[in-house]
Amino acid sequence: MSINADASKSDGDVLLRVDNLVKHFPVQSTSLFSRNKDVVHAVDGVSLEVRRGETLGLVGETGCGKSTLARCIMRLHDITSGRVEFEGRDITRLSTGQMRPFRRDMQMIFQDPYGSLNPRRRVGSIIGDPFSIHGLADGKERKRRVQEVMELVGLNPEHFNRFPAEFSGGQRQRIGVARALALRPKLIVCDEPVSALDVSIQAQIINLLADLQDELGLTYIFIAHDLSVVRHVSDRVAVMYLGKVGELGEVEGVYQHARHPYTNALLSAVPVPDPATASDRHQIILVGDVPSPIAPPSGCRFHPRCPKARDTCVREEPDLVPRLGDPPTHVAACHFPVADGEDLADSKPEIGADKRIVEEGLVGNV
Amino acid sequence: MALLEVTDLTVSFSTPDGTLNAVRGLSFTVDEGQTLGIVGESGSGKSVSTQTIMGLTRGARVGGQALFEGHDLLTMNTHQLQAIRGAQVGMIFQDPLSSLHPYYRVGWQIIEMIRSHDKSTSKAQAKARAIELLRLVGIPQPDRRVSDFPHQFSGGMRQRAMIAMAMALNPKLLIADEPTTALDVTVQAQVLQVMKRLQQEFGTAIIMITHDLGVIADVADDVVVMYAGKAMEHADRNTIFYKHHNPYTEGLLLSLPAYGGERERLLPIAGQPPSLITLPQGCPFRPRCPYAFDKCMEEPPLVEIAGDPEHVSACWLPPDMKKREKMRQQLLDRDKAATAPAAAR
Repeated sequence: MSINADASKSDGDVLLRVDNLVKHFPVQSTSLFSRNKDVVHAVDGVSLEVRRGETLGLVGETGCGKSTLARCIMRLHDITSGRVEFEGRDITRLSTGQMRPFRRDMQMIFQDPYGSLNPRRRVGSIIGDPFSIHGLADGKERKRRVQEVMELVGLNPEHFNRFPAEFSGGQRQRIGVARALALRPKLIVCDEPVSALDVSIQAQIINLLADLQDELGLTYIFIAHDLSVVRHVSDRVAVMYLGKVGELGEVEGVYQHARHPYTNALLSAVPVPDPATASDRHQIILVGDVPSPIAPPSGCRFHPRCPKARDTCVREEPDLVPRLGDPPTHVAACHFPVADGEDLADSKPEIGADKRIVEEGLVGNV
Repeated sequence: MALLEVTDLTVSFSTPDGTLNAVRGLSFTVDEGQTLGIVGESGSGKSVSTQTIMGLTRGARVGGQALFEGHDLLTMNTHQLQAIRGAQVGMIFQDPLSSLHPYYRVGWQIIEMIRSHDKSTSKAQAKARAIELLRLVGIPQPDRRVSDFPHQFSGGMRQRAMIAMAMALNPKLLIADEPTTALDVTVQAQVLQVMKRLQQEFGTAIIMITHDLGVIADVADDVVVMYAGKAMEHADRNTIFYKHHNPYTEGLLLSLPAYGGERERLLPIAGQPPSLITLPQGCPFRPRCPYAFDKCMEEPPLVEIAGDPEHVSACWLPPDMKKREKMRQQLLDRDKAATAPAAAR
């Protein structure tokens, strides 16, 4: 977004690299004696890079693994397999103590501005936590630095002694931003930072995040389910479906030349605040729901809902590579990518209905 | 005659901090087969107003009139209201999990709904109707799913089951309070499609309450924009989106990330919505309005805009759109001259 960020955005300057990351959660077996070893495949082999100074958007439906991925990157979950590198150093297997110095450089902003702040503690002490945890400042010095960061995010520094309940939702989210910013991290993972806010307040927070990125050269991973927000803030975007990345690329490339039918469906489902467009466009309405991540479908995981599904899709998993002459920066995992101008609403899947039922009751006529 | 005619509705609650004025004189009408969108931010009174009409706000002080087919809902006793709720007016709420009882099968809940209004329906008939309804809203294998518990349904299916229940007795009016807010966009598209199809088939009138202007653009015929318990602007959909008069409507639309077009910065509305206990003097939007001037210390009435009787706006800017634009520019220039542009975030 910023001029200096652009200059430093050479390909070699990778801040974070995620390599084939897998996170499985064991499912509690229902019977006492069963040796049920089911796992939820929350993240199933995700590789991506985040470059210094950029914003990487992460989109997908509920349960696609976007938050789990973010938490694995932050090492809030243990990683089943794969690798996470921060500034070239492998942090996959570090202990809590070994992780601590890295936490100064990577911080997180959470979705719920109500749940993420302790209601019984004063704002100054909440924002001051990072300083005391890392032993960086205390007493007057800590107060000074807390007030400095409060001012930076547009909070009144005199409200240092107030409780979270005395702030509105938007101001609370600013407190969350201030806490994440306190130690001047390099990477901030924003997990749905504006989803709980009203539109007028949402715009305030998005502008704040953009300004801070320009001022401090921050790198963001921005998770949201609102595709128009992601388009606005991101340089690159990754679309996730059932624990895998379906499409990844520069934001305009992905939004204007979406190759994966899922990306197309997702984009066409977004309600457009413009009556003329809303009545003209051809919406692709997906059938059914996201299948269970305990037993994900074979081949391409999207095949049971895909309007272009064929037998190949059931058998073979597609690679995440450039399709239809796209630049190498724009990759999609689809055997039959969508060409520009193709109307998916007219497509019919060429596989039998029996194959489309991965989970009972998936095929609907809506 | 309109199906529902609400006139000067007021709702207030006593709280330890003082009287909270949730709705302050709201009027609207809904015709058969029409969709009225009510849009506003949290605390604007959009949900409270419809809940009050249905007699669901206990302990509230209520004023005004809400005529449903000529009968005032606000003066009815519980018994009379019960005959209307569900049978004549269906309701769908935001959170489909907490609106379905977790201990009872989905089908049972629909059957109960049908039989509590019409005792003459046999259980078997009611069950057949429940299955038909589930099929109608696109639940696969409805004959088997009818005996599932709510937790066996996904979020989208639960919301569709709620729609099935609300439609069970062919109501004339469906009140949908943020029906798709908790759902993913793909599922939201499915649910909105079901609602539109049912409306076409049965001619049901819908009140769609939402904060999402995208949903409004998709489904509403008429739109009420609410702020601090009042209608700020009321017009048909295209007027609201393309020829709005009220600065609040303008602010809401401008703060959206432009879809398709590119804008470097978003234009948020400055400040916060007011407290409903201590409202600002005059126009409630005055403290956040970029065009506020002396006249705004008086509360503006809803006036007809540009000679269109269907378009009303509560704002002191001239009702003539050309004059409004001229005055708006003058007020903006005034700000530029008076203060150096503050870097408002």
